[in-house]
Amino acid sequence: MNPTASPPSSGTAISVRGVEKYVGEGDARIQVLKGANFTARRGEMMFLVGPSGCGKTTLLSLIAGTLAADAGELNVFGQDLRQLGSDRLAAFRARHVGFVFQQFNLIPSITVAENVSVPLLIRGLAPRAAEERARQMLARVGLADRADTRPGKLSGGQQQRVAIARGLVHEPDLLLCDEPTAALDRDNGQQVMRLMRDVARDPKRCVIVVTHDNRTYGYADRMAEMEDGRILRVLETQADIREHHPAAG
Amino acid sequence: MFRLALKMLVGDRGKYALLVSGLTFSTMLMAQAMCLFCGIMSWTVSSMRNMRASVWVSDPMVEQVSDNKPLRASDVSRVRSVPGVAWAAPLYQGAQQARLEGGATKGITLVGLDSSTLAGAPSQILTGRLEDLRLPNTVIIDEFAVERFSEATGRAFGIGDVFEINDREARVVGICRAARSFTGGPFIFTQYERALDYTPAQRKMLSFILVGAAPGHTAAEVAAAITARTGLRGWSEHEFIWSTIYWYVANTGIPINIGLLVVVGFVVGIVFSAQTFYAFVLDNLRNLAALKAMGLTARLLVPMLLLQAITVGLIGYGFGMLLTSSFGFFALGHGRIAYLMPWQVPAIAGAAVLSICVFSALLGITKVVRTEPAIVFR
Repeated sequence: MNPTASPPSSGTAISVRGVEKYVGEGDARIQVLKGANFTARRGEMMFLVGPSGCGKTTLLSLIAGTLAADAGELNVFGQDLRQLGSDRLAAFRARHVGFVFQQFNLIPSITVAENVSVPLLIRGLAPRAAEERARQMLARVGLADRADTRPGKLSGGQQQRVAIARGLVHEPDLLLCDEPTAALDRDNGQQVMRLMRDVARDPKRCVIVVTHDNRTYGYADRMAEMEDGRILRVLETQADIREHHPAAG
Repeated sequence: MFRLALKMLVGDRGKYALLVSGLTFSTMLMAQAMCLFCGIMSWTVSSMRNMRASVWVSDPMVEQVSDNKPLRASDVSRVRSVPGVAWAAPLYQGAQQARLEGGATKGITLVGLDSSTLAGAPSQILTGRLEDLRLPNTVIIDEFAVERFSEATGRAFGIGDVFEINDREARVVGICRAARSFTGGPFIFTQYERALDYTPAQRKMLSFILVGAAPGHTAAEVAAAITARTGLRGWSEHEFIWSTIYWYVANTGIPINIGLLVVVGFVVGIVFSAQTFYAFVLDNLRNLAALKAMGLTARLLVPMLLLQAITVGLIGYGFGMLLTSSFGFFALGHGRIAYLMPWQVPAIAGAAVLSICVFSALLGITKVVRTEPAIVFR
């Protein structure tokens, strides 16, 4: 598949089969993923949960194409990521993947609008057009009036909304969120999750959320539980999630 | 993305200011040192800048213009007989003491010019007339002599004033502009015979012979012919200037001392800028990794970092050269500091700053290129 082309229409967004990943070398080499299997669909928000060190973030990095799997099959929107070289992988990410990071990773020395326009600039859009679209996206996340502010002047919740706007501005098929509420208080966390649930309602889009925050589990459509480098089980409904995580918010 | 790179750079005002000031300081150190070196070297050939002639003739053992191995008076006639010589005039040049009213003495460079042609006379007479040198006991002094003699006498020294050289009267009839000498003594011009009167007698007193090339002959040809036919050493002016400069480079510690200053400037630039730029990259590493995760390739990231480094380099270089030029303007205005900025100085300083910036950028680039975009998830 051409990484810049639209992905084929299908219900399956991500397919992970027997994926293994090692890190370190020599005696320090350890297996982080031990044959992970799961599937994510279009139009859903899927949570990846599990204890620290179980391999959630590594799996997210593999899906993002920022790390390469050592074994197994990894198919994202019909594209086998293992077939792509680094440049085509970068082009694939630029076209199809949006990111929301735990620490926001907004560039402090440029304005909010300029931060949001970055994915469009990477794709080669002219700065003026990119900034115009960035402002439209900021309006969608309720921050139109903060477009010309530096990120450091915003609250944590506002910064994460800016990060979500940046993750969505190029209309990616896949939004990958790494602990999006970890740096936020309860109210801001809920606000951000509501925003992401709305984003996930797009039937062409898939949202993967890696989180420890059980207050947000109520927003998941499905949930994959990980332990020791494997997918332990996939909870298919909100009822299943509540049954296995009674403390979920 | 390049606009974004520049905004990232100037947006981090603290580091941006540090980078620019470091490169400004480095440029200034290197350029100042090179200008001082060129200035000192220009002082070593001030005799040739003040007494212009296309060919100089000296004793064959002479290597540079301050080297005094006198010729015989009859050598002037021998030189005149060489084909291609249009004219030849004797020149005396020597260090003497001027005794001023009140008893103060000042070191001077006494120059004796051929009385009939006044060949080698200073080109810029500021006050008075060159021809007045033909009057008895007269001299023309340079601006520096006016300054030093005025300081020593406590009043404005000028035309009509009198001082002594070896107990003989010297009356000022003109003031000229002359390049400063390496030894620091002001230039005092007089007739050749009178210069010999002012100087304690020696067996041979002719310092140099100034020669003009006849039409159709180059200075180099005439100089070579003089060397071949007289056994003296003929120099084209250009050749003698560079021989003098090479002599000072080879036989004094000036190049090493000043070269050390240039090296210090370069090292300061490398250490300061490379460190600050590397710190700038490290501070932005997660953001740069995030850009890589978002699909920015090294093909675009490397030019972005190079652009940032070269931009601060150009700005620092600009400020550095501006400060250096301002200092030069001040120094030249006062005339007491050896200072010369040929085009090679800004060119070399520019190349050095560019290499500092590229080195600094390469450090940052290596770090960024090796950084896995996956670190943003950790």
